[in-house]
Amino acid sequence: MRVLTIKGVRIDDTFAEAFGMRATALTITADTARWAREAAANMTGFATSVIGCGCEAGIDCALTGKETPDGRPGVRVLLFAMSTAELQKQLQARVGQSVLTSPGSACYAGLAGEEKLKLGNALRYFGDGWQISKRFGARHFWRIPVMDGEFVCEATTGLTKQAVGGGNLLIIGRTTGTTRAAAEAAAAAIAKVPDAIAPFPGGIVRSGSKVGSKYKGVRASTNDAFCPTLRGAVKSSLDAEAGSVLEIVIDGLTSEAVAAAMRAGIAAIIKLGPQRGATRISAGNYGGKLGPHHYHLRDLLP
Amino acid sequence: MKPLVLTLRQRPEQRLDLSPLVPDRLAGKTAGEIERIEVQTTRRRVTVGEIFRLKMGDAEQIRIEGGCDRLDHVGQAMTGGEMVVEGDVGVQAGRSMAGGRLTVRGNAGPYAASGMKGGVLEILGAAGDFLGGPLAGEMAGIRGGIVVVHGRAGARAGDRMRRGTIVIEGEAGAYPGSRMIAGTLIVGREAGALPGFLMKRGTIVLGEGASALSPTFVDSGWHELLAMRLLAGLIEPYSKRAATLLRRPLRRLAGDMAVPGKGELLVGNRN
Repeated sequence: MRVLTIKGVRIDDTFAEAFGMRATALTITADTARWAREAAANMTGFATSVIGCGCEAGIDCALTGKETPDGRPGVRVLLFAMSTAELQKQLQARVGQSVLTSPGSACYAGLAGEEKLKLGNALRYFGDGWQISKRFGARHFWRIPVMDGEFVCEATTGLTKQAVGGGNLLIIGRTTGTTRAAAEAAAAAIAKVPDAIAPFPGGIVRSGSKVGSKYKGVRASTNDAFCPTLRGAVKSSLDAEAGSVLEIVIDGLTSEAVAAAMRAGIAAIIKLGPQRGATRISAGNYGGKLGPHHYHLRDLLP
Repeated sequence: MKPLVLTLRQRPEQRLDLSPLVPDRLAGKTAGEIERIEVQTTRRRVTVGEIFRLKMGDAEQIRIEGGCDRLDHVGQAMTGGEMVVEGDVGVQAGRSMAGGRLTVRGNAGPYAASGMKGGVLEILGAAGDFLGGPLAGEMAGIRGGIVVVHGRAGARAGDRMRRGTIVIEGEAGAYPGSRMIAGTLIVGREAGALPGFLMKRGTIVLGEGASALSPTFVDSGWHELLAMRLLAGLIEPYSKRAATLLRRPLRRLAGDMAVPGKGELLVGNRN
């Protein structure tokens, strides 16, 4: 493998392999920014990986009153799944349990799209016949009476089939502390990129996985090639100075958004440098045969 | 883009049916062809050329200069483009309109916006009776689009309204929103007697209440409804007055309980 070094940080000549996904976006508002965030955080909780959670979700950005339909502070949320049916199921369940229930919340489409997913059209039945439909021009809303007033919810939201999931960076450092510092810097930079999210806790994964397992029926298992404690025991991808590895997984509404997020992450890691941060950046792939989207690290350098 | 201008020569001797003079029906026609269009409503034949002085331009934008209460069916069934009338119009302005924008810089007669499905109708003066109402025998009135009347409206505005938004910035006559099926009707000033008479669903917002309210509406109290605030933002480009009203606390009266009443009157004044 050819190796490139920028400001002391080694960049592997490899690529991240990513998959096409279905995605949607929502605008969640509330009386205060705090309650918009509470609803959005709850809705996107336990949505780290499609394998175990059904979908991957996260907060894209905070919105001011000027950017939301009802003039209240809000949050933009992105939701990704492998199929339209699963995305619809997750959207309905999560908005129904986490947004509808949150004090003062309202929920609007966050994405225009030719194809639509049911939002208020699915949740309106909670109104038990007292729900009110309101149309204005092309927009359609449902008013559902709830105990603190009304839950206002747009009837549908847009669906995109251009979304990409699984863009990633492997961040390798000498100690857990410096590696985490590099990953935190990268996650903070990625959070600023529009139309992209890092769905894992704080944007960071410590348990990267490989496909398959020695055990029957286990679909994914620990990525032993990048486990520092297994160096020597397995065919390791790590050299002697590597003491800790963290991964950032990125989902984006478009392939460009994923590339932009990876570029921002790499730039942040390089800026931090090898002393305080990571010594090496790599990426995860499956040999290039499984996913149609390949993001070569050498194309994403600052 | 240069608009097509029709200037009224004098007050016509009979009522005129101007329904052929809409952007989609004039597109691609020559000046001669337009001048030969017949617009009479009696046995006596009248052509556009006899009534109007025509200045050719892009038919996407039509200006009628000089209005008259005998100009009926202006903008009827238009689907796009823009029409402006510098004066009054007769009955059924914007009837069955599906798109585009019609502006009347004067008063409109009865049945304006009747059967409207989409687009924007703006009346700077007053509107006659049955604004957005159905013609005899029709099951529903206006079913989409936005109507803004800056002056007052006659009786039974929004009769059998099905969908869409009507804003009357001035006063409304008796029975606004009678037999309303759904939709949103906003009256800025005081409304006549018995708003929402036999309404099934829908919202009637009354900025200054009504001369008499039906006892078949039940009080649900004062609320600041997010849905109205949302609507205020959407309606602001069309009517600032309506937007201001919708942002105020409103007293909700549910009804009409004389029919399975899932409608609401939202009243802005305290008495």
